Amino acid sequence: MSFEEVRNTIKEIYEKVNSESLDERDNLINILHAIQEYYGNYIPLEAAEVLKELTGKPLSKIYEVLTFYTMFSTNKRGKYVIRVCKSLPCHVTGGAAVLESLKDALEIDYGQTTQDGLFTLEESSCLGLCGVSPVMLINDEAYGNLTPEKVKEIIEEIKEKERSGVK
Amino acid sequence: MPAVENTIVICAGGACISAGEISVKESLENTLKEYALEEVVQVVETGCMGACDLGPIMVIYPEGIFYQKLNSENVKKIVEEHLLKGRVVKEFLYTGPTGEVKEKPQEELPFFKKQIKIATRNLGVVDPLSIEEYIARDGYFALTKVIKDMSPDKVIEELKKSGLRGRGGAGFPTGLKWEFAKKAEGDVKYVICNADEGDPGAFMDRAILEGDPHTVVEAMTIAAYTVGANKGFIYVRAEYPLAIERFSRALETAREYGFLGENILGTDFSFDIEIRIGAGAFVCGEETALINSIEGQRGIPRVKPPYPAQKGLWGKPTLINNVETYANIPPIILHGGDWFAQFGVEGSRGTKVFALAGKVNNTGLVEVPMGITLRELINEIGGGVPNGKKLKAVQTGGPSGGCVPEKYIDTPITYDTLKELGTIIGSGGMIVMDEDDCMVDVAKFFLEFTVEESCGQCTPCRDGTKRMLEILERITEGEGTEEDLEKLKELGEHIMKTSLCGLGQTAPQPVLSTMRYFWDEYEAHVKEKRCPAKKCKELTRIVIDREKCVGCTACARVCPVNAITGSVRQPHEIDPELCTRCGSCLEVCRFGAISKVSP
Repeated sequence: MSFEEVRNTIKEIYEKVNSESLDERDNLINILHAIQEYYGNYIPLEAAEVLKELTGKPLSKIYEVLTFYTMFSTNKRGKYVIRVCKSLPCHVTGGAAVLESLKDALEIDYGQTTQDGLFTLEESSCLGLCGVSPVMLINDEAYGNLTPEKVKEIIEEIKEKERSGVK
Repeated sequence: MPAVENTIVICAGGACISAGEISVKESLENTLKEYALEEVVQVVETGCMGACDLGPIMVIYPEGIFYQKLNSENVKKIVEEHLLKGRVVKEFLYTGPTGEVKEKPQEELPFFKKQIKIATRNLGVVDPLSIEEYIARDGYFALTKVIKDMSPDKVIEELKKSGLRGRGGAGFPTGLKWEFAKKAEGDVKYVICNADEGDPGAFMDRAILEGDPHTVVEAMTIAAYTVGANKGFIYVRAEYPLAIERFSRALETAREYGFLGENILGTDFSFDIEIRIGAGAFVCGEETALINSIEGQRGIPRVKPPYPAQKGLWGKPTLINNVETYANIPPIILHGGDWFAQFGVEGSRGTKVFALAGKVNNTGLVEVPMGITLRELINEIGGGVPNGKKLKAVQTGGPSGGCVPEKYIDTPITYDTLKELGTIIGSGGMIVMDEDDCMVDVAKFFLEFTVEESCGQCTPCRDGTKRMLEILERITEGEGTEEDLEKLKELGEHIMKTSLCGLGQTAPQPVLSTMRYFWDEYEAHVKEKRCPAKKCKELTRIVIDREKCVGCTACARVCPVNAITGSVRQPHEIDPELCTRCGSCLEVCRFGAISKVSP
């Protein structure tokens, strides 16, 4: 994509998010969320340049925010971002084994994306579903009461869906 | 139009959804259509009923029969038997840990019996997307009462009488907080709802936002009226997409009905709320860090004082409370402060929502009067520890809290008693642990969390917790020394005294509290290189008893790293170098031939 394209896109998102806000003041995090959603799970670095122009903030300030929050990524992420809860309730109910089987099934480590660009594996703080721990979130969908076997089935199901899907 | 004969309430809380609630609901609706019952049976999706591990759940009224662990297939049977023939379907009723089936209305089941629901009064009752149902449960009556009949000072007086303390963790008296914000000078003031609940094991805020969003809208509006604010923000974790969706919907309908926006209820009072979404930083639960984040900056804490009540968002006086605190406000206004204060005990008034998780039979959300004992909570409501294991400890207060050992199980839960035991109520997470859990491992676990979540601004928290973690890693790997234990204590005490914000000031708590009660476990790791709970990988081995092993090969087939070898009908062997101690073989062995040993 050209810089010009990015500029127009970001500008549109910027204006849209600001128009939905009740407060004319800084709305940077909501804007970054919207940008990330548009690009599908990541924020291209060029976006920061455009935001610098639009907001008049120094680039360092924008990078500072972009890198502080774990949900933002400047690296392209997979179509399915898997967030595995690593909190104590999940840990005591067998979370470690679930993690191992996930890494095993995907053949990647934390923070990595599979070669086919399908999955990114990330750790997450508490997902608030401790009643059905261990838990993971795949994009916006939660999966509870996980076992190593169940995890493998879920991954296989998604892969199968992708294989049989369009294209 | 035929009258509705039955109402079926289905729990659409996050846990039940993850267990398949959506397909259950679809199948129910299809079956009702099939039998032409759709006009006489009303189906309502509601917020979290609390009993998370029993999901998907439905309750059929008027009888109040509670069906659990449903799937799309067995729903059909319930329609055919219960609705058409009037016969309760025993196989989906609540079954106690010892196997007894309870054919009782929901409120008489052991999980619900001792609960008194104030903050969660509407969860499992109303459809969170329907403002009408909220109004039918006296929703927005408190707001009307406040605007028409109460002065801001009167509101504060009732709050003070109620004895309500902030439910987010610190437990600051709510009435006093509101008074400070009201008295603060400034023509612009803000009201914030802290919905960045990040304590591992606590999920009441998510449940309230998802199940009863209007109660937060109403309470924030009451707060704005009281302190003199016109604008409010709710800062919600991005990890809670459903809560964000339902809260946005509540804002829209509240505006349509004139409970929010310009000239609320026809008066000259105007107030509106905007959602700001977090982006994954635990420290943003700290109020000043949260304010920085709303301002579009890194979520790092500010030095206090000045407190937000004087100088908060964009330097203006700001009132900030968490979700559960707000959820208590409308009932207090409606029934009076004295009514609320009758529940609970001196210093800890009212009820508190606890999230039961970990090694307990009935996990989920429970709201009980303050002062209830841990025993009542864990054994009676929670149904005790599963699989016949012994209770070892309860971790409360998340990474800022500590562990209460089993011997204090008869302690009443109050702000003060837990403080004496070296922990806190915090936001209400209760993680139950059994004999298989290693307390050094638990302490290490929380420190890993803190090290990752420290914002990095102040040295004690950034570097100090890292050093503590390194020591704990050494100990769990069998490399720890007795000096390490001394260092750990000393470091912990320093960090607590010198950190800038609550995160650092409480981060060593899980370590210090486990050292206090489980010193022998620390010593076993250091002196004997042994993990009594057989949890720490480096100090544990898995062995096969050659006498008992019949050579069924089940263990070898399940081993993910091929560490087990042997031929059929011959005793098998484990290669300790390859073995990752995952325990899969332990689970499949039917002959009791495999066990963990330490050392």
